Amino acid sequence: MSRPPRESPETGRRMTRRLAVIGGLQAAAMGTLLFRMRHMQVEQADQFRLLADENRINMRLIPPVRGLITDRDGTVLAGNEQNYRVVVVREDAGDVGAALRRLARLIPLDPDAIAAIEAEVMEHRPFVPVTIAERLDWEEVARIAANAPALPGITPEVGLSRHYPQGEVFAHNVGYVGPVSERDLEDLDAPDPVLQIPGFQIGKIGVERHMEETLRGEAGSRRIEVNAVGRVMRELDRQDGTPGQDVRLTLDAGLQRFVNARLGGESAAGVVMDVASGDLLACASSPSFDPNLFVRGISRQDYNALLEDPYRPLADKTVQGLYPPGSTFKMVTALAALEAGEVSEEERVYCPGYMDVGGRRFHCWRRGGHGRVDMASALGESCDVYFYEMAQRAGIDRIHAMAARFGYGTAFDLPVSSVSEGLNPSREWKRARRGADWMVGDTINAAIGQGFVLGSPLQLAVMSARLASGRAVVPRLVHAIGGVEQEVPEAPPLELDPAWLRLIHRGMADVSNDRRGTAYSSRIVAPESRMAGKTGTSQVYSISAAERAAGVREQEDLPWNRRNHALFVAFAPVEAPRIAVSVVVEHGGGGSTAAAPIARDIVLQALHGGLPPLSAYPEPQRNRIETMQQELRQRLMSAAEGGTGGRDA
Amino acid sequence: MTYLEYTVKRVPSGLAKVLYVNWALVVLLVAVASVGFIMLYSVAGGALRPWAEPQMQRFALGLAAMFMIAFVPIWFWRNVAALAYGVSLLLLIAVEFVGEVGMGAQRWIDLGVIRLQPSELTKITLVMALAAYYDWLDPQKISRPLWVGLAVLMVLAPAALVLSQPDLGTALLLMLGGGAVIFAAGVHWAYFASVLGLGTAAVTLVMASRGSEWQVLRDYQYRRIDAFLDPSIDPLGAGYHINQAKIALGSGGWTGRGFMQGTQSRLNFLPEKHTDFIFTTLAEEFGFVGGLSLLVLYALILIFCTASALKQRERFPALLTVGITASFFLYFAVNMAMVMGLAPVVGVPLPLVSYGGSAMMVLMGAFGLVQSAHIHRPRGRA
Repeated sequence: MSRPPRESPETGRRMTRRLAVIGGLQAAAMGTLLFRMRHMQVEQADQFRLLADENRINMRLIPPVRGLITDRDGTVLAGNEQNYRVVVVREDAGDVGAALRRLARLIPLDPDAIAAIEAEVMEHRPFVPVTIAERLDWEEVARIAANAPALPGITPEVGLSRHYPQGEVFAHNVGYVGPVSERDLEDLDAPDPVLQIPGFQIGKIGVERHMEETLRGEAGSRRIEVNAVGRVMRELDRQDGTPGQDVRLTLDAGLQRFVNARLGGESAAGVVMDVASGDLLACASSPSFDPNLFVRGISRQDYNALLEDPYRPLADKTVQGLYPPGSTFKMVTALAALEAGEVSEEERVYCPGYMDVGGRRFHCWRRGGHGRVDMASALGESCDVYFYEMAQRAGIDRIHAMAARFGYGTAFDLPVSSVSEGLNPSREWKRARRGADWMVGDTINAAIGQGFVLGSPLQLAVMSARLASGRAVVPRLVHAIGGVEQEVPEAPPLELDPAWLRLIHRGMADVSNDRRGTAYSSRIVAPESRMAGKTGTSQVYSISAAERAAGVREQEDLPWNRRNHALFVAFAPVEAPRIAVSVVVEHGGGGSTAAAPIARDIVLQALHGGLPPLSAYPEPQRNRIETMQQELRQRLMSAAEGGTGGRDA
Repeated sequence: MTYLEYTVKRVPSGLAKVLYVNWALVVLLVAVASVGFIMLYSVAGGALRPWAEPQMQRFALGLAAMFMIAFVPIWFWRNVAALAYGVSLLLLIAVEFVGEVGMGAQRWIDLGVIRLQPSELTKITLVMALAAYYDWLDPQKISRPLWVGLAVLMVLAPAALVLSQPDLGTALLLMLGGGAVIFAAGVHWAYFASVLGLGTAAVTLVMASRGSEWQVLRDYQYRRIDAFLDPSIDPLGAGYHINQAKIALGSGGWTGRGFMQGTQSRLNFLPEKHTDFIFTTLAEEFGFVGGLSLLVLYALILIFCTASALKQRERFPALLTVGITASFFLYFAVNMAMVMGLAPVVGVPLPLVSYGGSAMMVLMGAFGLVQSAHIHRPRGRA
């Protein structure tokens, strides 16, 4: 077999050359790779290291423990209770459905819920825990723990949730927390990232809302390493957050519980205030609601029931309820006239039962008239005609100025929701808002707190505290934040002649201590506890001539929501006032019958720090009072038990 | 050349062959494979299973196969080259019909005993066939168009079949590997220049026509080209993987994060961390020093093989060694370029390091051929 020669020196050299070219290309390519590798691993190393860390390290926020809200003595009004829940992890459970059905024999869990949980479990990655049930009691947790081997992947966990042990008693002041809503986030310029934690709750109303930042604290954080699918591999480090600060309120839990019980489910409000410091000792609006319902997520049915209740349980009547102050305004009118120098202490005015002003007849509440009355007896007997006269002498401008000094038209800066400024009318106000000139009739109405004047129970209490002390006491609700006592600025004097105040005090003392006083039946006989007060009955609806003809004469004949509001303001003890009280019973009828007895009980309770001895009450009433006290005691006890608003953890 | 001619020129025979094995190359292969074992141990989270142990077994098997092939005289391999080429073409056709789909392409053929990837086999048989072709061809005719055309056809036939699987990466490797043999055989450089020129012109034309009235391809085809060239425009698909690979590689720094300390691979951010992207784990855990070391090992393999080829006086063993060396080079260069973001992700494993049986066996077989060529080289008359 013969073939041409394969190898010649020439072909050999050519192959060597070609191999050199191939080798050169390979070397160039490897050089490029090496250069690229060096560039990435040496020059850009830090950058890539950062990216690698960003990949693997996640920050998780640790929600801070919310601060407690307590009363002035440390009784917890809003606390954190341990919330036992049970979670399932799919990858540990294997057959989730079977595990859940076994669990259903231990805790209440209906088939629909099981189906819903199964669906939810499948939506998440297999290692993500899904909550099955919350707020289990200790026995249920123990049952689950005991049966752990039969419940793979199902574990009880414990977390903290807000709890209001006093139930409905402090619902309006303390408020409640709820899940963060879109609107909450919109309201904030730079929302705290902690708000994004699923299930995080923030204050919705009351102190919980208005002191949210103080109570919330600052979130801690955990740096955790995760893998590509997000599974947590380990915790790298942890930075504990700052728990929220505790807030101690000025409220007295025992007193507020009593006030709430004494209002007895009426649509009413009662405020007790320290006349020197302005501390609000009780601020109860009735009826109330259980704030714990809101924390757990209130049902639509329950919520609608609260919304549709004519007694408006959701409203905090102490600060947002506005009522014509009625006769409780007469002290303002009297002081306006005194300051104007238009009346002396002794001057008597004749009350025939009416007064004709500008062609209109204004009646006194007592049709027969009071005869000749001076200022003290006019207050004591609540003679309207006397104050019609005083109002005309002082004029609306002075009345307006005096009312302003007593807090009308001021929205006090309290950390609760919807604090109203009320309405202290003036000529300017009427022109601006009603487009009409102030008429003399308006002044007559204003004299007895009717017409345009509106005040909240809080403002009524502030007024009586200022009357009692002669100083511009400002109400306050926060005693201490994080253990630091809040300063009480000394209230500036109202700059009223002490003689005038003594006169007013005498008149107010007569209300409940003089035989002819409008609240004489609500007097306190214990000399060290005697109270000064003023009744008020503000008209909601004028009985028309037609109704009068049809036989409607008395308040009781009217439907509830057309009856008069009953008001009472008081301070006590008369000689050295310590507390000021206001009570408003919506559509309660008359101040002397509906509001004054409540105010008296509150005053005694506040002064004695508990149910007072029967000897403080007038002799003939003691039997009735004793029965009432027993009833109250029972109601308070059941409130203290049932009022925890939930099971014990 | 006949057996007689070989023996006359003192070709080692019998047990003496063992002395003439290119032992340096064997040591280098074991070294590279050991790097693979270490990395597979690491990516398994410090365990021999599921990857390191099978890989060791396969490598042992591969070594045995290499020696078996090495001791068979080289002319035998020359004589069966055409047959082997024909068989692999048939297998490539067969895989079209009975192939199993893996990774989105028809690549595997199940022979019961082993699962065969014909495209891997073809890389070797094509090189063998081309080397035998130029061994047979009169050197005077090498650059004649007819004979060049025949060689090109030999390359394009399997490349087209592989491309239809579709496996663009392997098809390109086949063409480049075949091209290297044709180039080394001494075909006139003008052919290569014109192919390069025409190819560049065609690509330029196609890309330049985009958006004009005489646009060659449809819009969606251009978009596919875009995504192929720049994976970052497809961040959820290939872009994610190449990004994570670059992060792993870059975060290694000079000396790496330490053995089994690579967070990218340990926490599963790396895709295919035990196969195509194993180099990134190496670079992450051992840094630039580690990557450089592997590259040096590869370079040494190239150098020893090329040196062996240069000593050959025969065309077949020389071209066979060159072709196999070029294919080996293309394997690791394309893989590294891919994980460094220099080349599109085409699915080429890192030779001897990536986990995988078929590629490992074929590669060890190819080095068997290189060894056979080395052993059966006539050693002068001395």
